[in-house]
Amino acid sequence: MERTEAELIAAVLKGDAASFEPLVQKYSPRVFATARRYARRESEVEDIAQEVWLKAFEKLGSFRGEAPFEHWLMRMTVRTCYDFLRAHQRNRENSFSDLSEPENDWLERFVASPESASENSDAAKLLIQRVLEKLSPQARLVITLLEIEDRPVKEIARLTGWSVPLVKVRAFRARAEMRKILAKMAKDKYL
Amino acid sequence: MNLVELQKKLVASARATVPSDRVPYAFEKRVTALLASRVPAHRMDAWVHGLWRAAVSCVVVALACGALAVFTPSSAAGSTDLSQDLDNTLLASVDQTDQVQ
Repeated sequence: MERTEAELIAAVLKGDAASFEPLVQKYSPRVFATARRYARRESEVEDIAQEVWLKAFEKLGSFRGEAPFEHWLMRMTVRTCYDFLRAHQRNRENSFSDLSEPENDWLERFVASPESASENSDAAKLLIQRVLEKLSPQARLVITLLEIEDRPVKEIARLTGWSVPLVKVRAFRARAEMRKILAKMAKDKYL
Repeated sequence: MNLVELQKKLVASARATVPSDRVPYAFEKRVTALLASRVPAHRMDAWVHGLWRAAVSCVVVALACGALAVFTPSSAAGSTDLSQDLDNTLLASVDQTDQVQ
C-alpha cells in the first residue's frame, strides 16, 4: 500500500532517509522546470535541483504540514534559484554587439514592422534569454514570476518571502531596468 | 524603435517557451544516496563543532585567568617568597599558641 506524503515525511523525520526518495521522485519535475527558467546549462540546473532537495531534507523539521508540501518545496526552489542568480552574475555588463544573424534579422524585422516579427521564433527566444541574463537577480526573479509565469503578486510575495508592497516596488523597478537594457540593445545596434 | 512594444513581444516569446520538466535518469537515487552519506557526517560535524566551541571557550578562560594573574597588582607587595608565605600560613596557629604562653 502506498504511503501518504505525511507518512513519508514523518518517517524521514524519524531517521528513515530512504522514505525521502518517493518525494524526490514525485516533485523533481516541478523543481527542474523551475530551475530551467533561471539556469541555462544542464549541469547548473541539476546543481540547483540537488541543492533544493538537500535543503528540503535538512529543513524538513520546519515543515508544519499546514500548507501542502509542494508549496513549501516551491518556496525553497524559488529561493534557491534566487541564490543561484546572485552567485552567478556574470555576463551582465556585456554589450549587445555580438548578436547572432537570426537575432539581428528578427530585430530588423521588428523595426520595419513590429507585427511581422513573430514571438514564437527561435531568435526572439534567444533575445529574451539575453535580456533576462542582463537583468539584476531581483529584477530577473520578479520579471520571471510576474510577467512570464503570470503569477499574482500575493503568490510571489509568498514564494520570495518579500512583502506585497516590496514585490510591487521591485516589479516597477524591474520593468524599468528591462526597458533600459532594451534601449541599450537598440543603441548598440543602431548607433 | 518602440521599446514598450519590443518588451511585450519578448515577454510573450518567453511565455510561449515552457521549460522542460525532464528529470535526469536516477536523479532521486543519487539524491537519496547523497543524503544517506551525509547523515553520519552531519552527526560527526555536530560533535566536532561542539568540541571546537568548547576548546575555544577553554582557551578564552585560560587567557583571561592568565591576564588576571599577570596584571592584577599583588596585595602583599613585599612578600614575593611564596614558600615563606606558605610556612607562615601553616605555622600561624603554632605561633599564636607560643605567643599566648
